Amino acid sequence: MPETITLEVQRYRPEDEAEPVFERFDVPFRADWMVLDALNYIKDNLDGTLSYRWACRMGVCGSCGMMVNGQPLLTCATYLERLLPGPIRVEPLKGFPVIRDLVGDITDFLEKLSRVKPWIVREEEKPLAEGEYLQTPEQLADYEQYSMCINCMLCYAACPIYELEPDFIGPAAIAIAQRYNLDSRDEGVQERLDVLSQHDGIWACTFVGECSVVCPKNVDPAGAIQRYKVAATADWFKSVLTPWANR
Amino acid sequence: MRRSREPFLWALFSGGGMASALLLPAIAFLLWIAVPLGWVEGGSYETLFALVRHPLVRLVLFALISLFLFHWAHRLRYTLYDGLQLYHLNQLIAVVTYGIASFMTVVAAYILWVFA
Ligand code: SF4
Repeated sequence: MPETITLEVQRYRPEDEAEPVFERFDVPFRADWMVLDALNYIKDNLDGTLSYRWACRMGVCGSCGMMVNGQPLLTCATYLERLLPGPIRVEPLKGFPVIRDLVGDITDFLEKLSRVKPWIVREEEKPLAEGEYLQTPEQLADYEQYSMCINCMLCYAACPIYELEPDFIGPAAIAIAQRYNLDSRDEGVQERLDVLSQHDGIWACTFVGECSVVCPKNVDPAGAIQRYKVAATADWFKSVLTPWANR
Repeated sequence: MRRSREPFLWALFSGGGMASALLLPAIAFLLWIAVPLGWVEGGSYETLFALVRHPLVRLVLFALISLFLFHWAHRLRYTLYDGLQLYHLNQLIAVVTYGIASFMTVVAAYILWVFA
């Protein structure tokens, strides 16, 4: 086991430098440390100005995703040991404009996410007195996998289409749309389909599948997108073959 | 109302992908290996020709060939579009790839109609 390991961390301080640069830090190597622990060590002991996002350090908050040696990873779930002997290159998540050091601007993702109405849509709420909406374990199982998404955006960083076509609504937004579509309490399927059946919705996807490879929560956004394509195609054929039934 | 052609093209693409993944290997194995090597009975030219004459077989062959072609066209289109990043040629690429698939579909229909 080495004593220390070197991190090459991307820095960008817009008041000082026009382009991002890399700075090297030697941190103690510990077998039970994650990349995030090493970043925290830098911030606490070497350079308190280092900026990055993190919160829960247990793979739930979805905020510490970064490019580690070129791969989109949750830094709280990536052992330093996996990356021996180093140096380890840490960069902000690909595909998001850098604001400072390792912090990207995620406005684009948040705007796209809100477009798919990521909440339970009801035409009419039943009165409180009638009690809660009940669901069987089978109905829960229908969407549970997609509800695991933690909005970490690793799938956006991995998606070559998002890089090439920034208007693409992206893997997680589609998986999350499915999470609500498949929920027995939801009635927003058609509204979401209207958003997602556009070109920059599901049709921009050419099924590269990298999103599902990098997803730390096994959400399988690529699978969600393909299922959506089947549903949208069925809807299209229905509207073409039975024009009188159109809304 | 949605009037995008994408669901239609994708249906041809995915149908063609499914057909070529599941059926093409079986057809290729039968016609190019098993029959020529005499592993199966009834693989003579006359029997196969009689089989192709059957309207239903012709219809199935036509559908398969056309689906294969549109699968190829769609894949080539996006390979050129995203892979080579020829965004400005989007229209041209679509016209050429689907055009070839459509043309070859007509050719297949003609051959199946005339010769079988
Ligand atoms: S689908 Fe997976 S990779 Fe994408 S944001 Fe959700 S948890 Fe992260």
